[in-house]
Amino acid sequence: MLQQDWIWGLIGGLMIGGAGALFLLLNGRIMGASGIIGGLADGSGRGNWAERVAFLAGLVLVPPLLAGLVDEIDTHLTDNLWLLVAAGLLVGFGTRLANGCTSGHGVCGISRLSWRGIAATLVYLLAGGLTVAAFRYLMGAI
Amino acid sequence: MARLFAAALSGALFGAGLLVSGMVDTAKVQGFLDVFGRWDPTLAFVMGGAIVPMVFAWRMAERRKTALLGTPIPPKPAQKLDRNLILGSLLFGAGWGLVGLCPGPALAAAFLNGISGVVFLVAMLAAMVATPALRRALT
Repeated sequence: MLQQDWIWGLIGGLMIGGAGALFLLLNGRIMGASGIIGGLADGSGRGNWAERVAFLAGLVLVPPLLAGLVDEIDTHLTDNLWLLVAAGLLVGFGTRLANGCTSGHGVCGISRLSWRGIAATLVYLLAGGLTVAAFRYLMGAI
Repeated sequence: MARLFAAALSGALFGAGLLVSGMVDTAKVQGFLDVFGRWDPTLAFVMGGAIVPMVFAWRMAERRKTALLGTPIPPKPAQKLDRNLILGSLLFGAGWGLVGLCPGPALAAAFLNGISGVVFLVAMLAAMVATPALRRALT
């Protein structure tokens, strides 16, 4: 980690929390990425689809516009198709089964002292840590 | 219209925050999960930074019945730790560790991740479409 990384992490984190605060206080919604897009994918969010699409438009379009202003950004994403498909399926199914991901359970849940959010966060952090350990050090696959 | 504008603004700020914090970089996310390697604590600062404004937002929200644009403040769901919460979070965490993407950054970096990002998003969306049927099969 470069020394300034944690400062940018903190600044970006405050922006993420600010976004969640706006969405809660203005729209009365919980800013959970998997819930917002998942509700469109399975049709359960049909009642407020336009609000979901508007949120997603901001989320998808603004980072590449901002990224154009700075140096080339390398996201270091793997190009291994099997890993990408397996991970996409696990993330899609897992977050919808658990009703939340890092933003919904993590940011919005923990800040509300929701036991479900805290428990989910501990479980996915543990599973993520074990997966990296297993695939990096036991199998050498990532 | 005001609701749509507010939603787009939240999404834009969320995306900008993910970019600025470095969380669109899967190496930083996997670096946080890699406690046996060169541990990268950035994600903890991002999470901590994000929780601070939300603590104040919940305090303000809990004193109100409705949000500023009219919808009810979402009630706290029943605090039951059920099987779906634990199983779902286990599966999500495994996928997150495999490539370093969770739904927010996967969307924020949709145009930064190239074809790999598209493959991930298509698989994620397919699983989200299929989840209601899979959920019924599980119960």
